[in-house]
Amino acid sequence: MGKEYVTTREIAGPLLIADHIEGAKYNEIVQIKAADGSIKNGQVLEVDGDRALIQVFEGTAGLNLGGTRVKFLGRGVEVGLSPSILGRIFNGSGIPIDGSSAIIPEKRMNINGNPLNPYARNYPSEFIQTGISAIDGLNTLVRGQKLPIFSGSGLPHAQAAAQIARQAKVLGKEEKFAVVFVAMGITFEEANYFMADFKKTGALERSVMFINLANDPVIERIATPRFGLTVAEYLAFDLGMHVLVILTDMTNYCEALREISAARKEVPGRRGYPGYMYTDLATMYERAGRIKEKEGSITQIPILTMPEDDKTHPIADLTGYITEGQMFLSRNLFQQAIYPPIDVLPSLSRLKDKGIGKGKTREDHADVLNQLFAAYARGREVRELAIVLGVSALTKSDLIFVHYADEFEQEFVKQGEYENRSIEETLDIGWGLLSMFPVGELKRIRPEYIEKYLSRYTTPGEGETKDAD
Amino acid sequence: MKGKTGRVVKVSGPLVVAENIPQAKMFEMVYVSDKKLFGEIIEIKGDKASIQVYEDTSGIGPGESVYSTGLPLSVELGPGLIGSIYDGVQRPLDELRKEYGNFISRGAYKPALNRGKEWLFEPVVNKGATIKTGNVIGKVQETPVIKHKIIVPNGIEGEIISIIEKKKVTVEDVVARVKTTEGTKEIKLFQKWPVRIARPVLKRLPPVDPLVTGQRVIDAFFPIARGGTACVPGPFGSGKTVVQHQLAKWSDADIIIFVGCGERGNEMTDVLTEFPELKDPRTGRPLMERTVLIANTSNMPVAAREASVFTGITIGEYYRDMGYNVALMADSTSRWAEAMREMSGRLEEMPGEEGYPAYLASRIASFYERAGRVFILGSEEESTLSVIGAVSPPGGDLSDPVVQATLRTVRVFWSLDAQLAYARHFPSLHWLRSYSLYVDMLSDFYKKEMGEEWIGIRQEAMKILRREAELHEMVRLIGIDALSSKDRLIMETARSIREDFLQQNAFMDADTYTSLKKQYRMMKLIHLFNKLAAHALDKNVELDKILSLPVRVEISRAKLVPEKELEKFDAIEEKISSLFNMLVKEVENG
Ligand SMILES: Nc1ncnc2c1ncn2[C@@H]1O[C@H](COP(=O)(O)OP(=O)(O)O)[C@@H](O)[C@H]1O
Ligand SMILES: [Mg+2]
Repeated sequence: MGKEYVTTREIAGPLLIADHIEGAKYNEIVQIKAADGSIKNGQVLEVDGDRALIQVFEGTAGLNLGGTRVKFLGRGVEVGLSPSILGRIFNGSGIPIDGSSAIIPEKRMNINGNPLNPYARNYPSEFIQTGISAIDGLNTLVRGQKLPIFSGSGLPHAQAAAQIARQAKVLGKEEKFAVVFVAMGITFEEANYFMADFKKTGALERSVMFINLANDPVIERIATPRFGLTVAEYLAFDLGMHVLVILTDMTNYCEALREISAARKEVPGRRGYPGYMYTDLATMYERAGRIKEKEGSITQIPILTMPEDDKTHPIADLTGYITEGQMFLSRNLFQQAIYPPIDVLPSLSRLKDKGIGKGKTREDHADVLNQLFAAYARGREVRELAIVLGVSALTKSDLIFVHYADEFEQEFVKQGEYENRSIEETLDIGWGLLSMFPVGELKRIRPEYIEKYLSRYTTPGEGETKDAD
Repeated sequence: MKGKTGRVVKVSGPLVVAENIPQAKMFEMVYVSDKKLFGEIIEIKGDKASIQVYEDTSGIGPGESVYSTGLPLSVELGPGLIGSIYDGVQRPLDELRKEYGNFISRGAYKPALNRGKEWLFEPVVNKGATIKTGNVIGKVQETPVIKHKIIVPNGIEGEIISIIEKKKVTVEDVVARVKTTEGTKEIKLFQKWPVRIARPVLKRLPPVDPLVTGQRVIDAFFPIARGGTACVPGPFGSGKTVVQHQLAKWSDADIIIFVGCGERGNEMTDVLTEFPELKDPRTGRPLMERTVLIANTSNMPVAAREASVFTGITIGEYYRDMGYNVALMADSTSRWAEAMREMSGRLEEMPGEEGYPAYLASRIASFYERAGRVFILGSEEESTLSVIGAVSPPGGDLSDPVVQATLRTVRVFWSLDAQLAYARHFPSLHWLRSYSLYVDMLSDFYKKEMGEEWIGIRQEAMKILRREAELHEMVRLIGIDALSSKDRLIMETARSIREDFLQQNAFMDADTYTSLKKQYRMMKLIHLFNKLAAHALDKNVELDKILSLPVRVEISRAKLVPEKELEKFDAIEEKISSLFNMLVKEVENG
């Protein structure tokens, strides 16, 4: 084993600098023994000549210059893997905290992984039915997608994520699936909520958890999601499972990143977050996906709470630039007791277009989706106008749009936490709402679908307002 | 390689500092450590050289060797580029997967051009001919639609002393020998070119023709010229990538270079799966047969991302030099700028705005400067290289230094708008903020292609959209009732222009591409309706009667009229005219 160095020259924030080091390597892990004998783990961030800059995962509290011993381990951070990892719970540094013994690894993988060759990717296109209309109908999730929840403090993102985990399924298939749950700096209560839910639904045996709570070491959070994602890659691409990864809360992750950047006195980017945060986040989010000729898949649902509900905040902004869409939770809808409070307009699934339609969901899906959106956007616009000018200033056709916007929120978006709607139900609710418009307004829907589906909602006698074209 | 080594003294992410590299040159390619990590010298101070390394540097430390090559970072140019997918430093990703598996491991290397593949070479000059740089000595059919011209590499001038007959050769076989003043030189099917240096041209010319994209809002209102430059800034989800993909699919260029620079892996997969299936409307051949992909996605090494746009544009220039019209899309140039920022930060350079290096603007300018319409070297032939860059400003904020530096160079600004995107108005080009400085230059072309009338119709449409914005403000203050019928008609026509013309669904087969002819017919319908409606209002026809004419639904569905059935527009036009005739008559007859 390597030599121990007692040459620490500087300790600042989460960082430690040691001198006279021979042969230190970039990114290798180090073991740090404090004067009182306690052990911490760290990683080399920079080597300059014989000087090494080390980030200490557990924080530098209790370390001093003279009594700290630093040992370089000559490898990166790794995780041991075997099929028996399913059902296990680890802390944020990959140490079991469920009382059972460490797993006997069949293989070890570096938690940073390697970039997936874009040529090896298989385009995600399998529809996942989450049973939530606002997602399935309008911002459809597909297998292998990374679709974050943009939330705010106090909003029910945990319930929504748990509901997705509970209900998600690919129609007509029974396959091996697993959940990887990664907690970064969240409260015990929130972590416990997920665990209890997984236990109740029996998902616990098929899940792997990495838990770093609010009172756990901050810098450890840099590593925690990477443990989770490495396990996910193993389950998906070695064992052929379909893995859903929940990462919560990415905001806490980014704050840990900022802390290190500040301690390194780097030139800060927006709001103090480092300029490389985009790339750093991308190296995690891009680990979602499918691989050609491989069975499994990794679907990611990262959760982040936007400080002050500000979507231009760098954490939300950079995430949105990397992920394949986003689901926005709205405080406004939440206050109106609408669950799930998904604001569908700024929400987006970039992969929906290849996951919907004939043979996947239903032939009319794309058209209905476009029409529901367009009408809701117009309805919202008119509704705002009505607030300024009063309802009396609206034309007759404007009034229908306002009514539609209200109904859309109440009937389509709002549903029960345990209500699991099929895609047909979702689309049919959509048609039901659209039936309040004259046919001429439904410009986004092909006439043949109007004929086929809308007739179900037009009761005789109402017909004359809906003259066919 | 042996003997020419320096030593690593510092490793900080993708930046490695080495000392005592013999004769280190700026932009020289080097290999770091025995793992042969590929890098480029980007700064020299005394005996120390800073190297940006194109691969993950984990596990590298001081004392390891650095091997110099003496060569600048270059790309290989020759048959086999088309249809390929490369990383930012031109490693062939398909070949890497075959050799190294699904994940990109370090030190992985395969030559950019397949060494074993045979191409049928056809000489076009004879022994004894005098040739100079840029002349074509032979041809290779690279894909069914692309004849790859073998051009005399830079600096070679003299007499052909031997040239092979028509036969199959690999890229490394010598096809001709040239007697030059510096001795005999060999010409192969491929040559190398340093990516950071623009390939020379005979003469640069102003653009004259549009790059027709089939995207209505672009072709009709904010056109880009062949050889021109454009940028597409917008927040996430506003449609930058779809615009770029649409241009890659449908624009009437001969060659497309698509650079995925620091963006999503699946977007490259999307291109890879779609392009072989989609047919070029002009040639009927799969789009992949005219496309080169550079994919350095966000999770791939950041330094290689910095190089990727140069790799792409050099390949673009090479096809331009064969006389082709080339269009390059870079998605996103912001990620390229961020890669520059990251390297600059690690070099501890003095930061400019938002931490970007002080040379940000000049780098961006010099990249877009490589676009243009030119006379190519060695012949009087004309060709073009158009460049379209996406820009991803934080929070969609257009005061971002990358947006601002880009706007100072490019001639077309397609400003994508989050609000429009939320309302699913796509492409979300904001019609009042966007501009094209080519409109006047191209007007002769449009008059010829679409008729004299077009310019007027287009101007009027824009005027209506501007007026709508003003009226919108009024409505917000005092309500729609306060507007005159004339003004309400303007609002309705503006809505029709927006919904029935500007909005274009990239994912609907009938709508994804619109020929100029059809664009003209579509716009003319709206124009006609508006003209006759205004006239009818003058004759005291009620606005509500006009607005409830069912023919308006036909106008809104005109997008779906197939390209082959444009005569259907005649019928709709006739219907509009006769309906208005009737309305006016009704009023006149009391
Ligand atoms: N022309 C279009 N037609 C239909 N949908 C579009 C169009 N442009 C964009 N979209 C929608 O917007 C989403 C985001 O577009 P994208 O180009 O990926 O945005 P950006 O690159 O700006 O983040 C797409 O996934 C698609 O759903
Ligand atoms: Mg994009």
